[in-house]
Amino acid sequence: MSSLLIRNGRIIDPANNIDQIGSLSIKDGKITELLSADSNATADTVIDASGQIICPGFIDLSVRLREPGHSQKGSIVSETRAAAAAGVTSLCLPPDTKPTIDTPAVVEFIKDKAEKAGYPQVYMLGALSQGLAGNDLSNLFALKQAGCIAVSNAGNSLNNLLILRRAMEYAATHDLLVIYRANETSLSGKGCAHEGAVASRYGLPGIPTAAESIALAQCLELAELTGCRLHISQISCKQSVIKLQQAKKYGLKITADVAIHQLHLTENDVIPFDSNYHVIPPFRSQIDRQYLRDGLANGTIDAICSDHQPHDLDAKLGAFPETEAGIASLETLVPLMLELSQQHGIALNHAIAKLTQQPANILGLAAGTLSIGQAADVCVFDPNANWQVNRQNWHSAGINTPYWQQNLRGRVTHTLQAGQLSFKLENPQ
Amino acid sequence: MTRHLQLTESGKLKHFLTIEGLSKPLLTEILDTAESFVDMSEHQVKKVPLLRGKTIINLFFENSTRTRTTFELAATRLSADVLNMNIATSATSKGESLLDTIRNLEAMQVDMFVVRHALSGAAHFIAQQTAPHISVINAGDGQHAHPTQAMLDMFTIRQHKKQFEGLKVAIVGDILHSRVARSQILALNTLGVTDVRVIAPKTLLPADVTSMGVTALHDMNEGLNDVDVVIMLRLQKERMNSAFLPSESEYFRCFGLSEAKLKHAKSDVIVMHPGPINRGVEIASSVADGSHSVILQQVSNGIAVRMAVMSMAMQSQGGAA
Repeated sequence: MSSLLIRNGRIIDPANNIDQIGSLSIKDGKITELLSADSNATADTVIDASGQIICPGFIDLSVRLREPGHSQKGSIVSETRAAAAAGVTSLCLPPDTKPTIDTPAVVEFIKDKAEKAGYPQVYMLGALSQGLAGNDLSNLFALKQAGCIAVSNAGNSLNNLLILRRAMEYAATHDLLVIYRANETSLSGKGCAHEGAVASRYGLPGIPTAAESIALAQCLELAELTGCRLHISQISCKQSVIKLQQAKKYGLKITADVAIHQLHLTENDVIPFDSNYHVIPPFRSQIDRQYLRDGLANGTIDAICSDHQPHDLDAKLGAFPETEAGIASLETLVPLMLELSQQHGIALNHAIAKLTQQPANILGLAAGTLSIGQAADVCVFDPNANWQVNRQNWHSAGINTPYWQQNLRGRVTHTLQAGQLSFKLENPQ
Repeated sequence: MTRHLQLTESGKLKHFLTIEGLSKPLLTEILDTAESFVDMSEHQVKKVPLLRGKTIINLFFENSTRTRTTFELAATRLSADVLNMNIATSATSKGESLLDTIRNLEAMQVDMFVVRHALSGAAHFIAQQTAPHISVINAGDGQHAHPTQAMLDMFTIRQHKKQFEGLKVAIVGDILHSRVARSQILALNTLGVTDVRVIAPKTLLPADVTSMGVTALHDMNEGLNDVDVVIMLRLQKERMNSAFLPSESEYFRCFGLSEAKLKHAKSDVIVMHPGPINRGVEIASSVADGSHSVILQQVSNGIAVRMAVMSMAMQSQGGAA
């Protein structure tokens, strides 16, 4: 097989504590050597990475592909391609497809399509409850055998604490990781915005932060009771960060992630009634955002995900409360991560770890590093490239992002999937 | 965005969606224009040909009698052709989207939509989506805004108090669910009222309500102390079923407007209510029908204010005769 050299970039590999200028040598799909900047090695294919950053391919804990069941919003091909363009080499697909991922047949169907698409590795999250309805457990062992990497109830809650307890116990029986979004539905109700000054002003039904932090506290108690491996997804508020920090200090083995846009936008940034800002959990206050950033920096929050949710135009056309929630967020991942490190005090290697090494650890994957002998899942990005978020520069079928038509800095130029180019920027400006 | 959406490039009113972003001179212009129509309604012939040949659709996705009727009368007195559409029982219940409904009506060459909808932001959405020659007047969207109601209330206050500076105004009741209160607060603040109090139990106040430029109080006697204007809000019966309140009788005891509580206000206080009133729930009959009450004047003023807003919006479109 052919050899490949990514030359003269800044190599950042948090897992191996590497941050240096050099070249990465790849043979037969695996990383073979890290060369110093003055090496004159060559290969069949050479990628010039001068002025660019070379890091492990990103591992995204939450990406909706919209297939099967919502093909008007996107497809496995369109969204995995968008993921490759975002530097993502592995992703987790939540089970809220239609039909839901609650039988091995659905797992097989998606696996087959994703393999044919040939972009990132797609890891499926099995539905914790049948049809995600929150009442009866899915055949979790069968889902694990079919290849689900973890189980989750997507954005839905289980209907009561007894069901959650048993789901955790049963998942623990089969050593399955439970990925759960904390939400007490009686408190969140039909809310569509953060309960605070802005929602009050515009008369939008609010979601209090307590809807999340109360459910989170319950999850933590049950994780201790059941011994379940628990990962909390997409936290959004101060109280959740505090509770996680306490639990970790106490010694509970839990992990958590935050969606990238929660680290950037707050209720104050929301353009009134612009449905591109409609997201669940909603954009919170500036204090909440500060806690999220601090939690990321001090390790309370383990990982960053895109929480990519592409939508068709119709889903976002309507009065704000009736529009569908979610942001198409894969392709803004790199510029937003860079902004975190450049403007909000989170070291770049630290931010990269939250998208590579850390999610790999959470999922138990041998990935997310540039270690010698590893499959060459690599992302190369230009931290100084300016680009506009528009159709020409966009791959996802969903254009539902608050950043539409904005100019951002930082752009993926190459993505390698096991040594093969899964994305190459054709028209670097 | 709101300002940009509501006003023409020269700052004239194009749509009327919310009070937010509108200047004091513009609100005053609405009040002054309404004044001229009040005089007119005392004439034998109550019509002016300002909107002759224009077609206005009253697009009500939510039931309403009073607001729709006054909009209809206002349009008729401006000589426009008016069509009432009660969509609550029509297209959308057949699964047609809001946008499809709008597109269909647009195709019928209308000039103005008067919109009421149960969701906040619906009027903004329609204004963004309609053809540029169509004006949209918000007749109430969800819990967001009811700007014509707020302006007719301002008109009524000005009739009685002459000026806004220095007034003390109390708004009492279900602020949380009230689009009327939100628009009133914005209008009062813009027109120069610095002492606006909202009086309600905590269950019926929105989060961070004081950020809206009001003082929040939970005691009527304290809240009504020395006020010039009391605005009572309607209490929906269903609030009893969802733990907002224990009972109507307890609500009336704490927050209902009785003659005894009204004594804490100034002697020339006016009592207002956007209607329809629940006698014995938020207001005692003796107060609603008493000498301080201006509730029925609000209704008559509603026609003049709506005429003002409609004619101004059409004028900015270059349409009014």
